[in-house]
Parts: sequence; structure tokens; C-alpha cells
Amino acid sequence: MRNEVIRWGRGGVAALVLVGLVVAPWVVDDYTTAILARTLALALVGVSVALLTGVAGMPTLGQTAPYAAGAYACAVLGSRISDVGVVQVAVAAGAGAALAALTVPLVVHARGVIVLMITLAVGELVVTVLGRWRSVTGGTDGLAGIPAVRPFWGLPVLATDQARYLYTLVVAATLVGAVLLLLRTRAGLLLRAGRDDETRLRASGHRVPLLVSGAHVAAGAIAGAAGSLLVVAQQYISPADFGFDTSALLLLGVVIGGTASVGGALVGAALVIAARDWLFGVLPGHAPLVLGALFVATVYLLPSGVDRARLRPRPTDVPPVHPDRPAVREHAGAAPELRT
Amino acid sequence: MTPLLDARDVQVRYGSLAALAGVDLSIHDGQRHALIGPNGAGKTTLLNVIAGATRPQRGTVVFGGRDVGRLGPAARARRGINRIHQRPAVFSTLTATENVVVAALPRVIPQRRWRPGGRRRAAQHRAGPLLEQMGLADVASVPAGHLAHGQRRQLEIAMALAGRPRLLLLDEPAAGLSATEVGRLVELLRALPRAVAVLLVEHRLDLVYALADTVTVLRDGQRLAAGTPDEIRTSPLVRQAYADGVA
Ligand SMILES: Nc1ncnc2c1ncn2[C@@H]1O[C@H](COP(=O)(O)OP(=O)(O)OP(=O)(O)O)[C@@H](O)[C@H]1O
Ligand SMILES: [Mg+2]
Repeated sequence: MRNEVIRWGRGGVAALVLVGLVVAPWVVDDYTTAILARTLALALVGVSVALLTGVAGMPTLGQTAPYAAGAYACAVLGSRISDVGVVQVAVAAGAGAALAALTVPLVVHARGVIVLMITLAVGELVVTVLGRWRSVTGGTDGLAGIPAVRPFWGLPVLATDQARYLYTLVVAATLVGAVLLLLRTRAGLLLRAGRDDETRLRASGHRVPLLVSGAHVAAGAIAGAAGSLLVVAQQYISPADFGFDTSALLLLGVVIGGTASVGGALVGAALVIAARDWLFGVLPGHAPLVLGALFVATVYLLPSGVDRARLRPRPTDVPPVHPDRPAVREHAGAAPELRT
Repeated sequence: MTPLLDARDVQVRYGSLAALAGVDLSIHDGQRHALIGPNGAGKTTLLNVIAGATRPQRGTVVFGGRDVGRLGPAARARRGINRIHQRPAVFSTLTATENVVVAALPRVIPQRRWRPGGRRRAAQHRAGPLLEQMGLADVASVPAGHLAHGQRRQLEIAMALAGRPRLLLLDEPAAGLSATEVGRLVELLRALPRAVAVLLVEHRLDLVYALADTVTVLRDGQRLAAGTPDEIRTSPLVRQAYADGVA
């Protein structure tokens, strides 16, 4: 009953937010609209972070790597070959997935903090490569003047900020919907099971490395697709868009939003990005400090995030049983029987 | 007749401690084999070696006529070695039903392969009756983390059975269960098809004698004795081992 109410409540909030997002470009100015479009792209990367961190239980700091791969693939494609949106999204997703697949061998057997360090290193490596590989990426100057996108063959190019914003909204909403559907399938169930107890998953006969690889590649594809949205939103990209601060902010947003929920991750990532942009204006130079403090407060006060903070009761207490040393009580009755 | 499982000369060392010092164990199809011994005898370690969770330093494990020594736990589970852990291992945020569905998935055959969700539906079909059998039907949609200790253990048994085992490894399945639950467990194990062989680690000897047709006694990582329940019950060696182990 209570769960029903919560479900309906959440559905209502989601619907309101969606309506707000659709009407936003007619309410705010062009500049804000463009910022909103960029925030949508980042929120979509946040969803890919949530998929790994929350759903699969593998915190990551490296989703900026496939995000960058997708963005640059889209920018090069958009400048030289095709301005068709669906092609750009598909190619960007493919580039993100390919980059993730390349790094899978590094992370498939590692867990926890090690993964954070490896993914962080991969993200930084990608930024370095972007800065050096001038012929393709334009180096630290980045790529500018990327032509506007047309969503589909035969449609006009999107010449206004409003139109480009609505394009990013439609693509982001479609991909979030796809992720939500994915989570309802067998794969989603197995990812959640793996987060709970990987050893048990293996003992039941599941190929955990395959599952982990699949999750990384899928998250890479989503981040890559988000990269193509950034290109549409800014029409300009540079390595600075994909730095460590972005990864850290996204992880922060996902943790604040509730790692296990895609909706929470979206809201959390969007809020954190908005907070950064706002703080950047009012407290120049101090934004990272404030966000860092926020992060520490979040992790300590709300271990399961805003979304779940009050909804999930604690599991019933387990009698303390050491894995290999069960309570002596259970054994006491056994031996005397033999002696009789 | 070649045994279903044949473990030979299994040795596992932790530093200077020999948890298993060259143990042989074979289990035939349909056998009900109990493994007993005092705390620290190496029972759980032997189960881990059979299930592929622990690599022995020496020794071989042959299952179904094939050397499975190089296979990990997942591959062995797919070949039919299923287990429950000494400390119940379940997926705590998944409901009881979802737990059993996950456990059933690797070995279900969907009715129509090409229909999306077919495997999941087939697994779902297996889950219902198993939960019913374990007395968990009422809590089928409760997250496993919210279940009581005894219920979690029963859930893990349902999960092990959902994997269609040829060899079921049970590490102290009765620990922490109420009298009613133990009764249900004994009934369930008795009713298992003969095609399923069972290796039961249990400290409650009444259960061992009620269920097993063969008993192996371990102590200090070595096989002390093996035989029928009657032989073991009357063996002075075994009594001595238990008396020492408990003292
Ligand atoms: N991972 C490990 N690291 C170090 N020592 C271990 C490890 N696992 C088991 N041992 C030791 O190996 C010996 C055998 O342990 P095992 O768990 O197999 O005993 P057991 O017969 O199952 O005992 P119990 O009845 O208490 O469950 C014990 O002395 C134990 O402390
Ligand atoms: Mg044990």
C-alpha cells in the first residue's frame, strides 16, 4: 500500500519534471537553454555512472573516457561526413562502447577502489591523448564550428538553441527509457544480483566476467551517445569538457541521487552540475571546495542517497556468524551424542 | 561403476596449517554422503575444493568422468555441482523469488528460445514450487535481506535446488533452523530424486544418521574413517576424535 503511494508519487514527480523540461526553452532565455542542453548530456553520462556504480556495484571515475570518445567521434563525423542526428548518436555510442571494450580487460577482475583508480587513470589518459593528437582532435584548442545537426535524413538542420535543446531532450529521454527497460530484463536482474553477492552468482553458474564486461560496454555506449549530445549542445568541444572534475562531479551527483536508482542519478547529476555552474558565478574559485564538502556530507549522512534515504528499512539483523566459524552453540549438542 | 565425484589426494594449506592434508573422497550417483568432524577439521574447505571456490595445492577433482580441476565455480555449477554456504549467501536486495530465478537461470531451457523473456519465465516457473516446498511462499516477494536467518538458509537451499544439481553440497543446512524447519528440511532431502547425489556437512548426528547412507569423518585435514552410519556410530576411533575435538 505504502509502496504503491511511493510509486505513484515518484511517477508523478517524474512526469512533472518531464513537462517542466519540455516547456523550459519557452520560459528561460537562450543562454540558459543551451546550458540546460549541456546539463542533459552530462545527466545522461550520470545515468551511465549509475548503471555501473549503483546497479552493478562497480563505482567508476572513468565514464568521461567513453563520453569523450563519443563526443569526438561525433564532432569529426559531423564536421566531415554526416550531419544526421541518428547516425551521430549511433556512431558516438559505438565509439563509447569500443573504448569501454578496450578498457574492460583492465577492470573486469578488479573491484572497489582499484577500479576507481584504474578508471580514473584511463580517463586522464584519454584527456592527454585528446590534447596531443592535434590532427584529429585539434589538441587542447579542441574542435569548434561543428555544423548544426539535422535529426533525421530530410529534416531541416536545428538552427536555434530551443530546437537543439529539444533534440537533446528527446534523445536523452529515449536512452534513459532504454536503460530502464534494460534493467527490467534478465541482464538487469543479474547486475543487481552481482552487486549483492558476486560469489553467490558464480556459485549459481553465472559468467560474472561476461556480465561485468557487458555492463561496462553498455555504460560506455550510453556515455558515448551523451557525448554526441554535448556536441549538439555546444557545437564546440575541448579536452577540458572531459576532465577529472567532471568524473568526480558525476560520481558525486549519482551518490547524492541514490546510486541504485536511475531517476535519482539523473536528478543528482543535474543538480550537481547546476550547482557547480551557479557556484562558479557566486564563489569564483571555491566551487570545488563547496562540492567536496557536500560530497563528504552526503556519503556520511545518506549512505544510500536522497532517493532511498527514508524509503528503505534496514535489513533485519543477522546473528553474528563468522563464515567459517558458526556459533559454537550450534555444535555443542552434536558431539556428546557420539559419546553416548 | 565410476563415481560421480572423485576427489583424490586433495591438499590445501594456509601458511603452515594443512586444512586438508591429502584427502580422498568419492561420491556415487544418488548417494547420500555425510561429512562430519570437529570444528576446523577441513569440511568446508573440502566443499570449497569440490565446488571450485578453493584451488588445492595438490590433488585432482573428477566430476562426471571429467577432470574439473581447472574449472571455476561457475563452470562447475553449470555442470551440476550446486551448493549452499555455511553462512547463508543470498542476494539481499532481491526478493526471495528473484533469488531463486537468478539461481535457476543458467540451467533452464526456455520453451521457445527466440521469445524474449522466455528463459526468465521458465525460471519463474521453477521458483514458485521450490519456495512453496521450503515454506517460503508467504515471503516470496520480500527482499532476502529482510528475511530471518533460518529463512535465508532455506532460501539458499531452494536456490541450490533451482540449479538442477547432480551433486548437492550442503554445508550445515540445519544450523539456525527451528525444529519445524529442520523437519521440513529432512523431508525435502528425503524426497530428492535419486538422480541427485548429496554431500552433507552436518554437526547434528541425528540428522546425519537419518539421511546418510555413507559417512566420512574428517579430522585435522585427514580422513579418519569412512563407512555406513552404523559402522561410524560404533567406531571407537571416531568417538575418540570427537571427544578430543570438543574438549
Ligand atoms: N581462508 C582461510 N585462511 C586461513 N585459514 C583458513 C581459511 N579457511 C579455513 N582455514 C582454516 O582451515 C581449517 C579448516 O577450516 P574449515 O572451515 O574447512 O573447517 P570446518 O571443518 O568446516 O569447521 P567448522 O565445523 O567450524 O565449520 C581451520 O583451521 C580454519 O581455520
Ligand atoms: Mg565449516
